[in-house]
Amino acid sequence: MEKDKLKNIEVPISSISIPIEGEAGRTGSWRTERPILDPSKCAAVKQNKLVCMLCWLYCPEGTISRTIPPKINYYYCKGCGICAKECPSKAITMKDETNFEE
Amino acid sequence: MSEKLVLSGNHAAAHACKGARVQVIAAYPITPQSPATELLSRFVETGQLNAKYVCVESEHSAMTVCIAASSTGARTFTATSANGLALMHEQLHWAAGARLPIVMACVNRAVAAPWNVWTDNQDSISQRDTGWIQLYCEDNQEIYDTILQAYKIAEQIYCPVMVCYDGYILSHTLMPVEIIDQNAIDEFLPPFKPYVTLDPDDPKVLNLVTFPWIRHDHPHIEKFGGYPEIRYKLQQTLRSSFDVIERVDKEFGEKFDRQYGIFKEYMCDEADYIILAMGSLASEATVAAEILYEEGYTVGVLSLKLFRPFPAKQLATFAKQSAASTFIVIDRNLSYGYEGALCTDFKAALYTHHVQKNVHGYLLGIGGRDVNVDQIMEIVHKSRKAIEAGQLDKETEWINIMK
Repeated sequence: MEKDKLKNIEVPISSISIPIEGEAGRTGSWRTERPILDPSKCAAVKQNKLVCMLCWLYCPEGTISRTIPPKINYYYCKGCGICAKECPSKAITMKDETNFEE
Repeated sequence: MSEKLVLSGNHAAAHACKGARVQVIAAYPITPQSPATELLSRFVETGQLNAKYVCVESEHSAMTVCIAASSTGARTFTATSANGLALMHEQLHWAAGARLPIVMACVNRAVAAPWNVWTDNQDSISQRDTGWIQLYCEDNQEIYDTILQAYKIAEQIYCPVMVCYDGYILSHTLMPVEIIDQNAIDEFLPPFKPYVTLDPDDPKVLNLVTFPWIRHDHPHIEKFGGYPEIRYKLQQTLRSSFDVIERVDKEFGEKFDRQYGIFKEYMCDEADYIILAMGSLASEATVAAEILYEEGYTVGVLSLKLFRPFPAKQLATFAKQSAASTFIVIDRNLSYGYEGALCTDFKAALYTHHVQKNVHGYLLGIGGRDVNVDQIMEIVHKSRKAIEAGQLDKETEWINIMK
C-alpha cells in the first residue's frame, strides 16, 4: 500500500515518505524515563467511560490511545512526561528506564 | 513578435520572470535588488502576470515561501542582495537538498559590516557551498536570457539556480534588451512538471528526518537511502549537469541567436596572458585587452559564467590547449584569510588535471570601488614584469587600495 503510493516517483532524488506510524523511526529509544499508568487511579477506568483522556489529548507524539484504559505505545513514546504532568488523577508516574530490562 | 526595450538589469530580470510565467514571487526589498521585485509586483497588480506575489517580513521567509510554493508544483522566483542573501542561507541549503527548481536573482552587493550598498561578489560567493547552480552575467540582455535558461536548467535536473549580476553597474544601468515573443518563450520553456508535489488530497512527508543509515523497516523509505545518499545524488546531479546547461544554452542560441557557453573567450587564441574574471569585471577586462593589444601585448579574457558547478575539467582543458603562459585571475570577492574564490578553484582545477600554468590572483573592486581599464592594465603589467623577472609564484595582490 505505502509502496504503491510512491511507486510513480521513479527517481528518488529527495527524501519523501507518506504519513505512517513510525515514519521517523522508533523514537522510543530516545526515552530516559518511562510513563507507567496505574489503571486503579485512572478516571476513565474507574467510571468505565471515555472521560478525561487528557493524557491522550496532550501527548505530543500521539502515542497514547483513546481507550479504556489508555494504552501507551512504548515503541514511539519519547518519555517527555507531559502525560504524567497533566493527569489530574496522578495515575501516570515517570520511572527511570534503568528499572526496565530490554 | 519580439521587441527591444531600454531596461535596467533589474527590470530585465523582471521581464524575464514575466516571460517565464512565474507563478509565485516572494521577496523582501533590499538595495540594489528592489526595482526588480517592484516591477514584478506591478506586473502582478496590473494583471500582466498571473502570479501570486507574497509580501514577507524577511529574506528567510521569502525563500521559505518559495520552497513551499515550489513543493506544490509552482514556478517560483525571488531576488535579493548581500545581507538579505546571507539571511536566506539556511533555506538555501533546504531548497537544494529538497531538489526544488527555484530561480533567484542575486544582485551582487558587498556584505556588511561596515554598511555598503555597492557591488562585489562576496554575497553570492559566500553561498557557493549550498548546492545552488550559480550563473554570472555581463550585461542586461544576458540577465534576461539567463533567467529564462535558468528555469529550463533547474526544472530538468531539479536544482535551484542563482542568477548573479552586479549591483548598479548592471542592476541600475539602462541598456537595450530584446524581449522575446511570449509564444516563442512558451515553446522554449514548457510548464514546470514537479517530480513530487505536496497535495492535501494525497498527503506526503517531504524531507523527513533522514537517518545516517539506510532504513530497512519501511520499504519506501529504504529506497531513498539515508542522508548521505540524498546528498550524494545532489552532488552527482550537479557534477553531471554540464551537458544539460550547455544543451539549454545551445537550444536558446538556435532559437534566439544568443548563446553564452559556460565561459566566454575573448581574444584568447594567441594570447600570452589570459585574464579570468566573472560578471561586469570581465566585460571591463575586454576593453583593457583591446588597448593592450594596440600597445603590442596579447592579452585574452576568459569570462566565467558558470561558477557552480565549477567547470574544472573544461577550464583545465582550455588552459592546456592555450598558448598562454600565465592566467591572471581577478576576483571581486575574497575568502578571508586566503584569496579570491575563483583563483583558488581555478588553481585546483589546473592541479587536478595536471596542467602547469602560472596563476596570479588579484583583488579588485571590493565594496564597489570603481573598476576601470587602467587598473586592469596595471594588473597585466604587474604580472608581466613578475614573470619576466622570474617570479612565477606571485601571491594574491590587492589592487587600488590605500595600504
